[in-house]
Amino acid sequence: MSEIASMLTDPLMQRALLAALLVGAAAPVVGTYLVQRRLALLGDGIGHVALTGVALGWLVGSAMGLVPNDVLAIPGAVVAAVVGSVLIEVVRRRGRTSGDLALAIMFYGGIAGGVLIITVAGGSSGSLMAYLFGSISTVTTTDLILTVVLCLVILAVGVGLRPALFSVSHDEEFAVSSGLPVWALNMAVAVLAALTVTVAMRVVGLLLVSALMIVPVAIGQLVTHSFRRTMGVGSVVGVVVCVTGLSISYWYPLSPGALIVVLAIGVYAVVAGLHPLLARRRPAGDPHPDIPDDVQVAPRAPADADCTP
Amino acid sequence: MTAPAIDVRDLHVHLGASHVLRGVDLRVDHGEVVALLGANGSGKSTLVRTVVGVLEPTRGEVDLLGHRLGDDVPWQRVGYVPQRVSAAAGVPSTAAEVVASGLLHGRRLALPRGWRRLAREALEQVGLADRADHATGQLSGGQQQRVLIARALVRKPELLVLDEPVAGVDRPSQEAFAATMARLVDDGLTVLVVLHELGELAGLISRAVVLRHGQVVHDGAPPRPHAEHGSREHEHVHPHTSEVPVVGAHDVGLSDGPLLTGEQEARP
Repeated sequence: MSEIASMLTDPLMQRALLAALLVGAAAPVVGTYLVQRRLALLGDGIGHVALTGVALGWLVGSAMGLVPNDVLAIPGAVVAAVVGSVLIEVVRRRGRTSGDLALAIMFYGGIAGGVLIITVAGGSSGSLMAYLFGSISTVTTTDLILTVVLCLVILAVGVGLRPALFSVSHDEEFAVSSGLPVWALNMAVAVLAALTVTVAMRVVGLLLVSALMIVPVAIGQLVTHSFRRTMGVGSVVGVVVCVTGLSISYWYPLSPGALIVVLAIGVYAVVAGLHPLLARRRPAGDPHPDIPDDVQVAPRAPADADCTP
Repeated sequence: MTAPAIDVRDLHVHLGASHVLRGVDLRVDHGEVVALLGANGSGKSTLVRTVVGVLEPTRGEVDLLGHRLGDDVPWQRVGYVPQRVSAAAGVPSTAAEVVASGLLHGRRLALPRGWRRLAREALEQVGLADRADHATGQLSGGQQQRVLIARALVRKPELLVLDEPVAGVDRPSQEAFAATMARLVDDGLTVLVVLHELGELAGLISRAVVLRHGQVVHDGAPPRPHAEHGSREHEHVHPHTSEVPVVGAHDVGLSDGPLLTGEQEARP
């Protein structure tokens, strides 16, 4: 008990827990829209692009002689992620066939560009490790303020505009025919995804960002039929695994980012395993009670009675 | 004099390299029920998708309820039922959630108060009130189609545009749909509906427009069904092939031709 108290009074841990809590709540909200649009891997693509942003921020920081030289890394990641995400959305709208390739090229370009630029900036690819795999234990107060603000924006837009974002993600053609500002709503989802990637970068790292957005949603849709509740369950699962994973890493020398993702996948495996048992509990009623029972099925004739010419 | 509900003038639409609509004129007045007929690929869906603003015209003009296509159109007075979309979207959603998305339009991005009641009422109109909380993806094809119709009806439109609303829907559901439509048309609803066959809706159609190769080739009275096929009493029952091929019972002047089996005979 006193160990929990000491964890909660550690200012470093307080900052980290607050960041994990908010990111855990926000990431699945955006992830729900991405899964709905069948863009579950978009977060990965944006993460790769954000790496170039991190390196560019580093480069600019070094050139300006800022101390520490990675102070612009997160703003750089925000800018690169938003630009990349908007570009992907534009490509997606232009032609659906080339979108897949454009996405792939962006993935590779993002990683390669990041590694090249970081060496130009005087770092090594090792300097990027903290961003690739997360570094929640080094969250500074400035980082925390940025994270809190961005998470609140993501939650406000993602939950507040849910009906409209659902409509656009569910059936874009119908949304257009309703006169909804479809272009702006699509851009909103793209920017939300970019912001989520950059805030989650500190918690689980760019390589695992997508997991935090997608796996809780996968758990949510196992247990409910409704879009709204899938989002709610996803968000709760996100908070629970982030806070639990981070707390465990306080006592054991484990990477919190990897631990959070493994926990989420573990929860998914357990729920998926229990799912058939839970589903069978429901009464097996006639799925179409409104269809009249007007067809009488004759008893089967003995097997040797048919097939004879 | 009020403007027509739909006024299309000299409409040309290109999809990629193909010139799908080649100078279509279409006028639908308030209270009319117009059927849009034509073979696959004749441009029916392209026409209705352009009318509701999904596709951009390359030339020509489209006025909806007296407003040029764009932000000025009072979208809350227009309901659109697209051809059935794949219901297997990534995240499950209930029928009520899908129907409620029909309550958003133009700059209204939030659901109004009492959206659950409105969604349930719309589902009631298509006979699915008890399915409001079911996952849309788990409903049968015909039921999903009715959910999409409810989504268009939930905003109580005065103009309804439907793209093959009864394709793949069984006879009783078609009858129920026709009854719902009859009630709405009585209340003054204007309808433009793409159909493959008039079917149960035949009695409601006031005018038929036939497209062929992207042009209007017929605009007037709906086509009459072939011979006795249209009558209520006609049963579309075809005898099975009997063991020995026989000459068709109602020989249609083909006695010199090959022997007709029962199945072939049924097609004149």
